[in-house]
Amino acid sequence: MAERRTIRTDYLARVEGEGAMRVELADGQVEHVELRIFEPPRFFEALLRGRSFLEAPDITARICGICPVAYQTSAVNALESLCGVEVSEPIRILRRLLYCGEWIESHALHVYMLHAPDFLGYAGAVELARDAPQAVERGLALKKTGNEVMSLVGGREIHPINVRVGGFYRTPARSELRALVEPLERAREAALDTVRWTAGFDFPAHTVGCTLVALSRGDTYAIEDGRVRSDAGLDIAAAEYDEWFEEEHVERSNALHSRLRSGDTYLCGPLARYTLNRESLSPLAQEAARDAGLDELCRDPFRSIVVRSVELVYACDEALRLIDAYEEPDAPFVTVEPVAGTGHGVSEAPRGLLYHRYRLDADGTILDAKIVPPTSQNQLAIEDDLRAVVADNARLDDDELRSLCEQTIRNYDPCISCATHFLDLEVVRR
Amino acid sequence: MAGGEGALKPKLAVWKFASCDGCQLSLLDLEDDLLALAGAVELADFREATSGVVEGPYDLSLVEGSITTPHDAERIREVRSSSKALVTIGACATAGGVQALRNFADVDEFVRAVYASPQFISTLSTSTPIADHVRVDFELRGCPINKRQLLEVVTAFLHGRRPGIPSTSVCTECKRRGVVCVTVAHGTPCLGPVTHAGCGALCPAFDRGCFGCFGPMETPNTASLVSLLRSQGLDDRDVQRVFGTFNANADAFREAAGRG
Repeated sequence: MAERRTIRTDYLARVEGEGAMRVELADGQVEHVELRIFEPPRFFEALLRGRSFLEAPDITARICGICPVAYQTSAVNALESLCGVEVSEPIRILRRLLYCGEWIESHALHVYMLHAPDFLGYAGAVELARDAPQAVERGLALKKTGNEVMSLVGGREIHPINVRVGGFYRTPARSELRALVEPLERAREAALDTVRWTAGFDFPAHTVGCTLVALSRGDTYAIEDGRVRSDAGLDIAAAEYDEWFEEEHVERSNALHSRLRSGDTYLCGPLARYTLNRESLSPLAQEAARDAGLDELCRDPFRSIVVRSVELVYACDEALRLIDAYEEPDAPFVTVEPVAGTGHGVSEAPRGLLYHRYRLDADGTILDAKIVPPTSQNQLAIEDDLRAVVADNARLDDDELRSLCEQTIRNYDPCISCATHFLDLEVVRR
Repeated sequence: MAGGEGALKPKLAVWKFASCDGCQLSLLDLEDDLLALAGAVELADFREATSGVVEGPYDLSLVEGSITTPHDAERIREVRSSSKALVTIGACATAGGVQALRNFADVDEFVRAVYASPQFISTLSTSTPIADHVRVDFELRGCPINKRQLLEVVTAFLHGRRPGIPSTSVCTECKRRGVVCVTVAHGTPCLGPVTHAGCGALCPAFDRGCFGCFGPMETPNTASLVSLLRSQGLDDRDVQRVFGTFNANADAFREAAGRG
């Protein structure tokens, strides 16, 4: 008779959205692992049909309260490329600055409030603040600075109102942006402290072998646009995405699963970005990474917290550079005339690659839409990693194993609302 | 409910239904006040922030999201029965959210449009606000909510008073802020005259017409605004689009969109 064990957590905390996990072991061997996403579907791709292309940035922002700028940016990229519009340099600078604000806000939230408590043995940041108030306050101050950038450029931090196809409704004066310099300089120091803090956590020896996929640009660390590249040599434009990646619908999940058409599982997000684009980081961020002991590539999901911290340094550093480079544009936007056809857009959401595709008719009505969020793309890689972590740690008792499984999932900063969805952790041992 | 040292702190719970997580994120976005708030209440159940969970009953439940599945229709009843006060936060919980656009469409067709295997998907044909299912003590508007208003609502409930949340229109906020009327000055279509205050006249301050994130104000004259919008060149489809976003299922906006 096989020894079978059952461990379950009904509701995974400190992730965005609702989901479940189930692990089954027999005689210490992993029999089955599944990440089940049951957050109710909201059918964005269906409700976008019949809308004006100009509404896409406002409507798709509502997919996610944590990364709305990612949705707005991938949407305008797709629609502007279809309509043959090139925005001016100041508009590009403002978009990247707004996106840096979102990275700072989202990464500070994840590093300090969702992820660090796992390494330090606390239920959450509020509990952590009782013993380490300075650390949590530093995280909140960082997060606040990210929100200030988003509010100033985008109008507000959640679902910004200032982004439009063709540019912005209103562009700030140079003097308005100066107000962000001091907070960002302080935030950059706080981000450097964050790297030192997270680098000192205990990390189990662990790596993943899947393909890493991220946007890349020749000039800078890719955020608001770029080519889709992988560490296995893929290098394609957004318009070729559907030729190389596919989605499948499995029963256990209200999120579609992505894989490479070759059949390979892949991972997007901080580890992929760092491994592919480390040389495009600013000198300060590269130095912080070196001091934190990160190698030239990072395949350890537990260390994603250090990589996110390095990206916090970069986002602050880059925001300051952008503010310095900004010149007020002649006009806040260009009027965009719709073009019948299909447009593709990508950007790097805090948790990874976000792909949008829209098909328009000649009057700009959306005929169909496809949105592939990072958490859908990472689902299979997360399951593979859970299987490996459980196999390596089957000796742990149920509580310890459950905690480790939860931490393994949080390593990927899953955004289940984006992917549609919610986590409920269940481990069955037989 | 507020007590001194040693007294039991009021228990605050945060619940999520179909939504984007943005309104509960507003609580974490109260960066300067978050730790003070966490000191004044017991965060008894707030899964986005902590895995520590305390059983009910709860003094105050904040509910985000709309009801879109049979399971959630049951779950909201359990939340109500374990809560002394229940406050909905945001357009999803208060009006059904953008996902309520399914209410005017064939939801089976929606499922087929998004999912390859529709038989795996369990969903209701409608997205409905919390108040359609259980008694609600206060509804806080917005897509997303205003975090300062959220702090006011929580403070008010913890002290047993009504929240000071104005139910006037966005127009009054433009006047108070000294923002030039985008309709009068530029002929820009704007839902400000019929939209609930709360954002601080954000869009007009960015040279943009209001697009109704906070839903209808208390006594909106939508008929008059629709005439104005038509004179500005909007046709039937445009009118249906402008009223058919995050509060599409709120009575006044649904009717203004010609959806009965």
